Amino acid sequence: MKSAAGELSALRAAMPVAAFDVARLREDFPILHRSVHGKPLVYLDNGATSQKPQCVIDEEARYYAELNANIHRGVHALSQLATDAYEGARDTVRRFINAARREEIVFVRGTTEAINLVAASWGQRLQRGDEILITEMEHHSNIVPWQLLCERSGAVLRVAPIDDAGELRPDEFERLLGPRTRLIAVTHVSNALGTINAVQRIIELAHARGVVVLVDGAQAAPHIKIDVQAIDCDFYAFSSHKLYGPTGVGVLYGKAALLEAMPPYQGGGDMIREVTFAKTTYNDLPYKFEAGTPHIAGVISLGTAIEYVGAIGLDAIAAHEHDLLAYATEQARAVPGLRLIGTAKKKASILSFVLDGVHPHDIGTILDSEGVAVRTGHHCAMPVMEHFQVPATVRASFALYNTRAEVDALFHAVRKVREVFGHA
Amino acid sequence: MPELRDLYQEVILDHNRRPRNFGRLADANRGAEGFNPLCGDKLKLYLKLVDGVIEDVSFEGAGCAISTASASLMTEALKGKTEQEAQALFEGFHALLTTGRGADSAVPLGKLEVLSGVYEFPVRVKCATLAWHTLHAALQDEARLVSTE
Repeated sequence: MKSAAGELSALRAAMPVAAFDVARLREDFPILHRSVHGKPLVYLDNGATSQKPQCVIDEEARYYAELNANIHRGVHALSQLATDAYEGARDTVRRFINAARREEIVFVRGTTEAINLVAASWGQRLQRGDEILITEMEHHSNIVPWQLLCERSGAVLRVAPIDDAGELRPDEFERLLGPRTRLIAVTHVSNALGTINAVQRIIELAHARGVVVLVDGAQAAPHIKIDVQAIDCDFYAFSSHKLYGPTGVGVLYGKAALLEAMPPYQGGGDMIREVTFAKTTYNDLPYKFEAGTPHIAGVISLGTAIEYVGAIGLDAIAAHEHDLLAYATEQARAVPGLRLIGTAKKKASILSFVLDGVHPHDIGTILDSEGVAVRTGHHCAMPVMEHFQVPATVRASFALYNTRAEVDALFHAVRKVREVFGHA
Repeated sequence: MPELRDLYQEVILDHNRRPRNFGRLADANRGAEGFNPLCGDKLKLYLKLVDGVIEDVSFEGAGCAISTASASLMTEALKGKTEQEAQALFEGFHALLTTGRGADSAVPLGKLEVLSGVYEFPVRVKCATLAWHTLHAALQDEARLVSTE
């Protein structure tokens, strides 16, 4: 039986997107047609969450209208259809990140839960004095789970510093990678700065010392082609909702040998083979880590989102977004009193900045009045704010459907900030 | 969209640029710290309370224009007020932000009414009330004396 996601994939393959036609792609996203405060919506908060194409919205509705049943249990037809669609999405995710085996794909609630799963399960092997190495540019979700693990285990958290461009300092990183380092947890793309980290190099260094590496791919998955075998990471975590899919779903990739050796994360239904009061044996991968009824509709729709992205092509998306980022960076540099936060040589999608004399929160309100949605605040990366000595930044983040005209609208609104606040 | 000029009135921009009663109060005997985790705004409030009357008040901190101007205007409004009067002002001010009407207040709000535009921007109410919540903490909690080292 063909899965829903598979059918859509075939449909997409029959209608390939020729060149990168952003006007046509925008038609796929119904929300982009709405207005905000009487102005056309300019959605530049994709780093927080992306908008959803009609095919993803339809797929979620279709699941409930046509397939809804619990998976992995029923012998009835609907349960099998739902199971096929759910497991079909696992195959889609496997292809998307080029994992060697489908069993290495674990569905979770999001990147945050993926990281917490590794900290809770893999982390049980840590002993007092072991070290976990993270970087100064991590999102709180790649800091706090490790702090909690350190509290439980007596392990020590080490933090590799960044420079003033927002790049990891390789010399310091290597110095901190010591004999007691057991795990490195590093972001692929910084959510506050846009920096793309050289994860392959980090993983090489780590593996030469027998250190396990987790990559936080929340910001990378929508922008960079991921090949977990090529970079050879041990764990890779990402979320559906930043990748044009629904909220409440994410993926943990883990090498099968590591996942096999790890104790379960949560106990419950689906994750067991046999339960008696004397002893319970656990299910095979990946089900050992998928206790309880998952977000079935979400997982299936994530598969649809990945097929949507795949039909356009991540390389084409990345090229388009790179053009937008370069165009926006050029405009930003021309604004008096604007300071870019994050000027790494390799960046993806994110333009973070502050303006002299105006707090980012006020900028956010004024931009919103122009229909421009950006994120203002610390972006769950308070240590990054501390490094740059700013309380917060304004962050514009681009997706496949954004345009140069929207970048112009952003800077038109930024000039309005100057008008309101009475600067030159 | 409500008018931005209703929010960013000249008085507010002025108090943001040149906050009044800004800095540490050397002879304070009460104080509290306020924090808005949503935006990272931080504020320290210093009070000199003598026989139930706020003789002097100042603040320090970094925040958005709304929170800075609100704190500045608050310090101006508080001088010479009793604790009860300060509490009544807080209640009237809070009503102003959540209903948009200042006239209902039991006490005259005076200059504080320039912040009435915040009512139209609900996500910014927390910015305008940060200083007042901090004041509330400072008045409630007698144990939290400001260190005078």
